[in-house]
Amino acid sequence: MATIELTNPADALEAFRKEAAAWLAENFPKSLVGKENVLATVEGEANADPEAKAWKKAMGEKGWGTPTWPKEYGGGGLSFKESRVLQEEMAKVGAWNPIGGMGVMMLGPTLLEFASEEQKQRHIPLICRGEIRWCQGYSEPGAGSDLASLQTKCEDKGDHYLINGQKTWTSGGQWADWCFALVRTDTTKKHEGISFILLDMKTPGVEVKPIRMISGTSPFCETFFTDVKVPKENLVGELGQGWTIGKRLLQHERTNLSGGGSMSRGQGPSLSDIAKHYVGVDSEGRIADAELRTKIIKHEMEAKSFQLTARRVMAESKSGNISLASSILKNVGARITQERAELTLEIMGMNGLGWEGDGFNSAELGATRGWLWGKAVSIYGGTTEIQNNVVAKRILGMLDHQ
Amino acid sequence: MAVLNEEQTMLRDMAREWSKNESPVSAFRKVRDAGEAIGFDPAAFAAQAEMGWTGVIIPEAYGGSDFGYLSLGLVLEETGRTLTASPLGTTALAATSALLLGGSDAQKEAWLPKIATGEVIAALAVDEGPRHDPSKIAAKAEKSGDGWVLSGEKAFVAEGDSAHLFIVAAQAGEGVGLFLVPGDAAGITRKSRNMVDARSHAAVSFDGVTLGGDALIGSADGADLLDQVLDRARAGVAAEMLGMAVQAFEDTLAYLKTREQFGEILSRFQALQHRMAVQFTQIELMRSAVEGALEAIDAGRDDIAQLASLSKATACDTLHLVSREMIQLHGGIGMTDEHHAGFYIKRARILENAWGNASFHRERYARLRGY
Repeated sequence: MATIELTNPADALEAFRKEAAAWLAENFPKSLVGKENVLATVEGEANADPEAKAWKKAMGEKGWGTPTWPKEYGGGGLSFKESRVLQEEMAKVGAWNPIGGMGVMMLGPTLLEFASEEQKQRHIPLICRGEIRWCQGYSEPGAGSDLASLQTKCEDKGDHYLINGQKTWTSGGQWADWCFALVRTDTTKKHEGISFILLDMKTPGVEVKPIRMISGTSPFCETFFTDVKVPKENLVGELGQGWTIGKRLLQHERTNLSGGGSMSRGQGPSLSDIAKHYVGVDSEGRIADAELRTKIIKHEMEAKSFQLTARRVMAESKSGNISLASSILKNVGARITQERAELTLEIMGMNGLGWEGDGFNSAELGATRGWLWGKAVSIYGGTTEIQNNVVAKRILGMLDHQ
Repeated sequence: MAVLNEEQTMLRDMAREWSKNESPVSAFRKVRDAGEAIGFDPAAFAAQAEMGWTGVIIPEAYGGSDFGYLSLGLVLEETGRTLTASPLGTTALAATSALLLGGSDAQKEAWLPKIATGEVIAALAVDEGPRHDPSKIAAKAEKSGDGWVLSGEKAFVAEGDSAHLFIVAAQAGEGVGLFLVPGDAAGITRKSRNMVDARSHAAVSFDGVTLGGDALIGSADGADLLDQVLDRARAGVAAEMLGMAVQAFEDTLAYLKTREQFGEILSRFQALQHRMAVQFTQIELMRSAVEGALEAIDAGRDDIAQLASLSKATACDTLHLVSREMIQLHGGIGMTDEHHAGFYIKRARILENAWGNASFHRERYARLRGY
């Protein structure tokens, strides 16, 4: 807890609200409202304007980009309630969080839990200030859903480790400074032979090749490791503990990814507004295409149930219970994201199928690319099928037939 | 599979062999990478014409083989399997239908032989917005002396970049008429559109295009004719979609039978087996609907409209499902541009829109049935 609760908690929270508002007024330039570039946290901000850079620096130094992380490692040290107040105050003035990427979403929380004190001191402050971009070295061509079959070899050479192998779907690999990877340190055991290691992408022998996706972008890479020397201090946790650490990190990833469904909330026009524009309305003001109208309603009602579920999971976890419902978030979030994209396309008709160039506005082209990219949501971070296995086997106790 | 006669079987086998050997998906990739506005390989279309495919529904008197719509549907199914980029369906089925159904002897004589040889590519210009709606035609043809003056904007005209002849739906006083408009007539402007399937869907504007009295196909109140033409076009597109669904399904099945995870071939997982069984089931229903529509057209039955809507709605739903499952079941590799799953889902969505999506055709089916 950063704030000392001298009086009653509600007063302290109000005091914090004033503090946050004052700090934002001083540090967030109005000119940056609506200029959030979510990709900057992954791709870097080579062309960012000076004000955006200054904003990132201010947030980084304040630690409010990672508001609930401990102060001693560069976080904001806020309680969850304070963090929510901060979010509310940021929303009021249109401020956005310039600190993000995989370091924030996945690695940081994992390091806080498993890393040595030296590792925390070295890596977490850089994540809090957004100075280092991380990428994830998990999947391999032969190890997708069956991640634990990974083969990238990590040998103990006395004073260092030597890594050889190939990773794929390395998100942001071409822009990343560092990589957290799962590697095989023991070939005689499947899960217990895996270790979790951090490596500098500039180390000799690391080579990245962007993969072009169906959406035309290349956010992932193939990453090749040829005799890559890694200092021993870069091993996180114990040798052979990588599967446990790596799975924990995936939980952070899935929690973040499931937010996909909530992205449809409150941003931009609703599907029904888009439909009224493209399809028109009948004499009673209903979307003219009755079947489309039904589909939109079904989608919006499911999205609402999803929001309520996410809220319930959060409330339950705060009260100390791990909610069983958390296991469905990623699949439902993915389904909602993809359904919204398909519906947007259906509404826009041929205007929703432009690739580039004249004849399509930016919302239409965005819908097309978003639709294609969105097909990844039910594949990455554990496919829908894998998530269903988790539900069936671990929660419902339905074992494979013997 | 419909029961085929000997000629149809030969035609289907020939189309299958040609598509597999001469026009595999890699040929479409080349067309996509070349990025030409016409969106097809002229040599491939010339080869199709050479084999007589451009004349399958054209009477022998005009240089065709008069094999009928089911036969042409078989060809489109086979070329659709490998995503062959060609104006075949648009010129030899959709546009040709307008001339066959409503054309005078002179109009047929003027255009059908050239369509049959592939010398002329004809395109159907009906819709004016992003969603199919033949009830919203604003383009206008006004009487002027013995002839007409045509003005209007047509959107997403398939093969509009290469067409030598447009068949344009326009308000003609008493109702909607269909007009033959040579592609090089003064007053026509084409604007290419770069779309996800890398094929041609041009915006074409007609600005005071002067036409002779012989440009009108049938009568000035040709709404029924337009409907009949569209139904044939719908069944033709559904045939192409059938081929795509079959191939996407077969490729996915083959992948599941080779990809190994958790020490097992994926096809051994029952959850995946059932997903494939469901798709197989839907594709069988789709085939019946598509072939049923084409057979009804050949027989001149009175339920063509219903069956055309059934075939298009079923094709839309099934290909939608199969194209999504193709990507999901291939996993990450299906998301890459290097793999062809993306080509199928992109072309699928375009064809779902062509001549009415599933909702449009369910609504129409309901109206045709009187409820």
